[in-house]
Amino acid sequence: MLDEREMKRLERMAGLRLDQEERETLVADLERMLSYCRILQELDSETVPPMTPVGRAGRALREDDVLPSLSQEQSLAHAPEVRGGYFAVPPVFGEPDDESW
Amino acid sequence: MDIVIGLEVHVQLATRSKLFCGCSADYFGAPPNSLTCPVCLGYPGTLPLLNRRAVELALRLALALGAQVQTSSLFDRKSYFYPDLPKGYQITQYRSPLAVGGTVSFPGEAGEEHLRIRELHLEEDAGKLVHAGDRTLVDLNRAGVGLLEIVTEPELRSPEAARAFVRSLRTVLRHLRVSSGDMEKGALRCDANVSLARAGEPLGSKTEIKNMNSARAVERALAAEAARQRELLSRGERVERATYGWDDALGKVFLQRGKEDAESYRYFPEPDLPPLDIGPELLARVRGELPETPQERLERWARELAVTGTDAQTLIAEPERADYFEEVARVCGRPRQAASWVLSEVLRLWRAKEPPLAPGELGLLVRAVAQGEFSRTTAKELLRQAAAGASLQELLNSEQMRPLKGSEPLRELAQETLLAHPQAAADYRAGRTQALGFLVGQAMKAVRGRADAPQLHRVLKELLEEDHWGG
Repeated sequence: MLDEREMKRLERMAGLRLDQEERETLVADLERMLSYCRILQELDSETVPPMTPVGRAGRALREDDVLPSLSQEQSLAHAPEVRGGYFAVPPVFGEPDDESW
Repeated sequence: MDIVIGLEVHVQLATRSKLFCGCSADYFGAPPNSLTCPVCLGYPGTLPLLNRRAVELALRLALALGAQVQTSSLFDRKSYFYPDLPKGYQITQYRSPLAVGGTVSFPGEAGEEHLRIRELHLEEDAGKLVHAGDRTLVDLNRAGVGLLEIVTEPELRSPEAARAFVRSLRTVLRHLRVSSGDMEKGALRCDANVSLARAGEPLGSKTEIKNMNSARAVERALAAEAARQRELLSRGERVERATYGWDDALGKVFLQRGKEDAESYRYFPEPDLPPLDIGPELLARVRGELPETPQERLERWARELAVTGTDAQTLIAEPERADYFEEVARVCGRPRQAASWVLSEVLRLWRAKEPPLAPGELGLLVRAVAQGEFSRTTAKELLRQAAAGASLQELLNSEQMRPLKGSEPLRELAQETLLAHPQAAADYRAGRTQALGFLVGQAMKAVRGRADAPQLHRVLKELLEEDHWGG
């Protein structure tokens, strides 16, 4: 079950800012999706080969050629905060999913 | 107590561009966030496209280590939230790696040892974080650079063996031109799993140590962690499963994550990348382009050049050094003397990337010494001056570097030496024969080693024993 506490954690880590009404709507929507997945998971698919990729057609590999990158300004255009050419984010010291940010 | 170690080595592949986009992978020294694009920044609507060269380099290592290349391997998304990972997931090969098996040979305490490899897989590097007080600064130039992860079986039995393994693996990577292997620049990074057991008992819980950036750090971190576990076990306590970081400056491991925070990476198949099919054609091409491995090279040296043992190991450690040695040996035609010169004189003067003297020139010099045209002392002096920027050719032509040949100049030198050191001459004639060695040394010094020492010795002895010096 997805509860409000887990939702707030996901918001923080995905950098989303939701008000209470949006949060409640989103929790309800996500919970509906998850219940649907739970129904799908009840199906016995042991004997069905997985079909993860779209297909094997097309160009699977590219040559090792360097192409122009975005400028630093373009790269940082959507950054919440910039310092000296870096994205600046709340401090992280621990490991992924650390509560401190 | 027995110690058991398994390593995960992350190697940056020597490609020009990143793994899934055309941004340059040569990020060292580039301004932050200047080598990024919508693909490696994780913008919606973009698609990764795998770098062919990265696949070829990974296959090259797989073949050289005797791993079994899978005809089809798969990509997965490893999800976690961290600011160095713009997409919120890392593309890696979790279910089905590029290759499985293989071994790496390394010098152990009792001769050559072999460590089995579990698997090799492709994945993308993360960005870099700089911690700056109230903010963490993020540079995404490294995000998406191609990595090859080499996972070993947990069969290393000591921190020293782990270090020797990492060094040997690095040598292989550099000889094959798969990676720069430059640990200072983070092109080769290690994680380790460590567990201890009393002899004959099952292994205790293992801990993981992350982010060791040099072979020496690997040894030190593992020794520190083994000591910590040994201490716990000897007090009758349990080792908790946990992840530690390594602080090289402090020489300590620090807890990053306890077992209660064990992560779920929510792996799932990467829908944007088709399976990586390796056909016989590609495999044959990579095999055809496979450079000589250090192991093969050592065998050839032993067979053709009679250069073996520690000398050979030191020469092979860096491909540039190995190439240099071979060229000197070819030019002078005396491989063992070439080895001796490279190992002693040249290595001492070899700064940064540049050898002190072109290998062809050193080859000529070594040959000249072998043919008696120069004393070894003169040759060393020439090498030193050439290393300081002088032209070897000009030095060879200059008067003061010409060797003293013939009896006349030598006799002159000997006479000058005896006049300059009357006390030593008197000592010799009084029966203290060791004074002769001193006189030879002084004479050689006066001409900066340009004389042939045995000849000079003979001439001095003759003079000292001639009557008219007796007065």
